Amino acid sequence: MARITASVYTSHVPAIGAAIDLGKTGEPYWQPVFKGYEFSKQWIRQNRPDVIFLVYNDHATAFSLDMIPTFAIGTAAEFIPADEGFGPRPVPKVIGHPELASHIAHSVIQQDFDLTIVNKMEVDHGLTVPMSLMFGEPVAWPCPVIPFAVNVVQYPVPSGQRCFNLGQAIRKAVASYDEDLNVQIWGTGGMSHQLQGPRAGLINREWDNAWLDQLITDPAAAAKLPHIDYVREAGSEGVELVMWLIARGAMADVAGGKPPRVAHRFYHVPASNTAVGHLILENQ
Amino acid sequence: MGLDKPYKDIPGTIIFDAEQSRKGYHLNQFCMSLMKAENRERFKADQRAYLDQWPMTEEQKQAVLDMDLNRAMALGGNIYFLAKIGATHGKSFQQMAGSMTGMNEDEYRAMMINGGRSIEGNRRIGEDGDAQARHQPQGQAGRKAS
Repeated sequence: MARITASVYTSHVPAIGAAIDLGKTGEPYWQPVFKGYEFSKQWIRQNRPDVIFLVYNDHATAFSLDMIPTFAIGTAAEFIPADEGFGPRPVPKVIGHPELASHIAHSVIQQDFDLTIVNKMEVDHGLTVPMSLMFGEPVAWPCPVIPFAVNVVQYPVPSGQRCFNLGQAIRKAVASYDEDLNVQIWGTGGMSHQLQGPRAGLINREWDNAWLDQLITDPAAAAKLPHIDYVREAGSEGVELVMWLIARGAMADVAGGKPPRVAHRFYHVPASNTAVGHLILENQ
Repeated sequence: MGLDKPYKDIPGTIIFDAEQSRKGYHLNQFCMSLMKAENRERFKADQRAYLDQWPMTEEQKQAVLDMDLNRAMALGGNIYFLAKIGATHGKSFQQMAGSMTGMNEDEYRAMMINGGRSIEGNRRIGEDGDAQARHQPQGQAGRKAS
């Protein structure tokens, strides 16, 4: 039987990808960011997943305004890193897991979540930056990935509650897959940041850390927070944090199991315009 | 009954909702075209001619030519789409975000290194934070203006 063993949460700032690709990780500006992921790289070597279910958002890359799916699951065999305007990132192509992805789509749709099934899709920094942060710069990514794109670009975006409930449905879906697989679920994006208007550059360290505390110890309460609180307190793009609730909702304690172990927690300001947050939670 | 849009009272912020998206459809789709290297070259060679191929309003075209991102957002642009124009001109996301505050690049970068913009006074229109309309433009540009 497949099972979710851990969840990983991280910001996916594009400038972090550029810093890696351009060999700038040792620069004083970037050092503190990458130091926060040293433990994580070691951790994932020791806790290698068979498959990663990676929740992220597309940034006007695979989805233009032609089609705006709220939740899209990638069921393809592979996903090519996109050219986002600077040329594609020099990272390996992402290998999918079509069988598990299709199984999850089937199960989750039967649990009343209307997923869009995507058999052809390029992936952007939202997906590839977390991969680079956790795995460094390998020739090939060490395991298959199921991309799960959430619309947080055009309002209304799904609520925190909806995301949290969806995570619970994904947990059930994974648990009903016959093959014995170690699955990790990653939630990405955030933390506080605003990329637009005269309020650009907003960071709210206090709010971010209080939210992290609540996400860890009382995710059901964190799920009740309305969008307006994210936008007002954590910036217009800070609303990406609802995606972390999908990963958190898939953890065992939400279904009556033990609270997860906090293997790692990191927070740093800034990476470009953004507060970087990172957590690793293990099911016990 | 109107739609619930509680985000209208946040200073210095335009939320890209269905209404903005409808206004900005062609502007944003023009931006999408810049994801192809050959289109970026064609755009840079003659911006006006490239823009004239799109059914955008003249105001939208002018905002693109001026790289006035606040204006482009007010006219329905979304920052992730508009970022592709910046990328075409070789600008980083930080340069683009900073340009919307009126600060110069060094000022904006320094603000971020010092922990970013404070939330205090910037939660609601009518407070006294640096993102409020009466404090624009920010940085040296604002001090010169006053």
